[in-house]
Amino acid sequence: MTTDPNATLDQWAEGSDYRWGFVTDIDADTVPPGLDESVIRFISAKKNEPEWLLEWRLKAYERWLKMEEPEWPHFPDRPYGPIDYQAISYYSAPKSDEDRPKSLDEVDPKLLETYEKLGIPLEERAALAGVAVDAVFDSVSVATTFRDKLKEHGVIFCSFSEAVQDHPELVKKYLGTVVPAADNYFAALNSAVFTDGSFVYIPKGVRCPMELSTYFRINALNTGQFERTLIVADEGAYVSYLEGCTAPQRDENQLHAAVVELIAMEDAEIKYSTIQNWYPGDENGVGGIYNFVTKRGLCEGDRSHISWTQVETGSAMTWKYPSCILKGDDSIGEFYSVALTNHRQQADTGTKMVHIGKNTRSNIVSKGISAGYGHNTYRGLVNIRRGAVNARNYTQCDSMLMGETCGAHTFPVIEVGNDTAHIEHEASTSKIGEDQIFYCNQRGISPEDAVSMIVNGFCREVLAELPMEFAVEARKLLEVSLEDSVG
Amino acid sequence: MLQITNLHASIDDTPILRGIDLTINDGEVHSLMGPNGSGKSTLAKVMAGDEAYEVTEGSIVLNGQDLLELDPHERAAAGLFMAFQYPVEIPGVTMKYFMRTAMNSVRKNRGQEELDAYEYLSVVKERAATVKLDLELLDRPVNGGFSGGEKKRAEIFQMAMLEPSACVLDETDSGLDIDALRIVAEGVNTMRSPDRSFLVITHYQRLLSYIVPDVVHVLVDGKIARTGGKELALELEEHGYSLIEKGNAVDA
Ligand SMILES: Nc1ncnc2c1ncn2[C@@H]1O[C@H](COP(=O)(O)OP(=O)(O)O)[C@@H](O)[C@H]1O
Ligand SMILES: [Mg+2]
Repeated sequence: MTTDPNATLDQWAEGSDYRWGFVTDIDADTVPPGLDESVIRFISAKKNEPEWLLEWRLKAYERWLKMEEPEWPHFPDRPYGPIDYQAISYYSAPKSDEDRPKSLDEVDPKLLETYEKLGIPLEERAALAGVAVDAVFDSVSVATTFRDKLKEHGVIFCSFSEAVQDHPELVKKYLGTVVPAADNYFAALNSAVFTDGSFVYIPKGVRCPMELSTYFRINALNTGQFERTLIVADEGAYVSYLEGCTAPQRDENQLHAAVVELIAMEDAEIKYSTIQNWYPGDENGVGGIYNFVTKRGLCEGDRSHISWTQVETGSAMTWKYPSCILKGDDSIGEFYSVALTNHRQQADTGTKMVHIGKNTRSNIVSKGISAGYGHNTYRGLVNIRRGAVNARNYTQCDSMLMGETCGAHTFPVIEVGNDTAHIEHEASTSKIGEDQIFYCNQRGISPEDAVSMIVNGFCREVLAELPMEFAVEARKLLEVSLEDSVG
Repeated sequence: MLQITNLHASIDDTPILRGIDLTINDGEVHSLMGPNGSGKSTLAKVMAGDEAYEVTEGSIVLNGQDLLELDPHERAAAGLFMAFQYPVEIPGVTMKYFMRTAMNSVRKNRGQEELDAYEYLSVVKERAATVKLDLELLDRPVNGGFSGGEKKRAEIFQMAMLEPSACVLDETDSGLDIDALRIVAEGVNTMRSPDRSFLVITHYQRLLSYIVPDVVHVLVDGKIARTGGKELALELEEHGYSLIEKGNAVDA
């Protein structure tokens, strides 16, 4: 294995792509750490991909090699080391049942306690804890019933790999149209090596009959560190999609670089909700996931509507800016976010709203909560293009500091290319300290209840955007994440 | 009955309260006066359980319950209420929601049923009226953008809501004009009852012509230097605290 990317380049030049012979040995369950063209060929072959997709991956890889890793502000008490991309293994098959716990009795009791606190339904706990699913839960039949119902409505909802096999024309038409393969460093890496993810297509005029969530929660836990999601809502279609869950998710892989693309045609609406609770590292900031995600939605058609809602409580470091390109006239983009950082966590999140069409509207509500030594950054861009007559944006950006050692930072950028634009920006910072908690206590409210009351009050507008049952779980998640952080 | 015995408390190892004995029987109103820095607010906060202070000796017993054994929110449930000298703002939580959470926590702790939304709102209306508190204020965040007078009235409103058995008012009169002072005093007076005791902390005699105390104590340097009837307040008004501070301590 080599750690020198130039060496890899040289190797290409020599045309010795099959150095490790992976492409012939596609029965292997995992590839050794390291990244070069042969690894990408291996992944593509493993997934039986068409030639055009392999080419697409390789092109992305070529671009990635020439790109520079971005340097984002990070804070002195939580430096993050350079990522060694040659130390990562880019493919491993899902764990076989023999390697998993056989029942809940074999699962870490502490993990189960957390599920309990979060109110995760009993029947989902085993699946989430990685118990060999068939032993406790007939996931296959659930998934099948679920799929049959969607099929009746013509909705396609499957893993990305399946979509490549079963609906290659749709994948080919839309993949990379919103987030181009070389959009940014991490998107390029994802494009080269993504292993799986989800694909959704809602046909014209169809209102997806259910939240696309339950299936996901149970089945898509092992999609890996380079996840790829593509959701297309055709004319007049509607879909609400939920990603992630409140259960704490651990992963040996430190780097997560997902890409999500949304496309809404005329009169279509996509509601995308995320609850992110990846392992944040311990109290001293050891371990934890780096979550560097590219999420973007294209409001292609007139009167289309894309809405991002996120509750971010996990990961050691999060860089994530779910954005909307408002191309269609009268289209609407929304971003509702709660980001919570405790201990040594850092979150750098926000959105970009690019107004291109006439009468386009965007709405941004960002709530950052910092506790412990956590740092929370809001980074936002409202960009009004020249042709965007009568564009409107409303931005509200609130920070809450719990204690004295945490930080909140905001970088809102507004670029206006059309003077009919109407832009409003409101921001606030509030501090919650022992005084506030003591005041609540004196009125009979316990310290834990005081923290959750204050946090829920602060996040109310965002939580209201989540599907009902997830709002309840998200509220509990915020409480659990802030345990012992005040007073 | 509220009984404080030989109470010593310090902050950052500096002794502030240095042996306080104070008994307030049910139905009585006691006033605690004293110069700035004598320890009045400290006493109130120690009673409420502020962890910034360390109790080094003594006891505080309310209706037979040792308050020092309880956490601050349990003391509230046990019947103690303190109106803060400086009420803090709580962003994002409306006063209405805050009070409902508080009331239901306290009721639960006291083994009472929680109030439903309708019952709660009718109690709110009734109690807000006793201190002429604008209902619109209750939809704003707790103390958020309240004027000085509104904050103090809101404290008395909260006291009325929680129906405590012992009420400690820390300089509730400070910063109030005469009209606001009257309103606050009336609110307190309507709450006077045979099974409720009050400790009214004030720097000035003024409040005491509206809330007439049964007993007046003077705190100097963390100790009760003098105790007397309501006329003691008038005496202090005339001569100032210097008389007592010179060491002329006389027990009633
Ligand atoms: N954090 C602190 N550290 C040291 N001394 C303090 C602190 N807080 C208050 N004090 C002192 O305690 C004494 C009593 O204060 P306080 O109870 O507020 O008096 P009062 O309410 O009677 O004006 C004062 O001398 C004050 O300086
Ligand atoms: Mg004081």
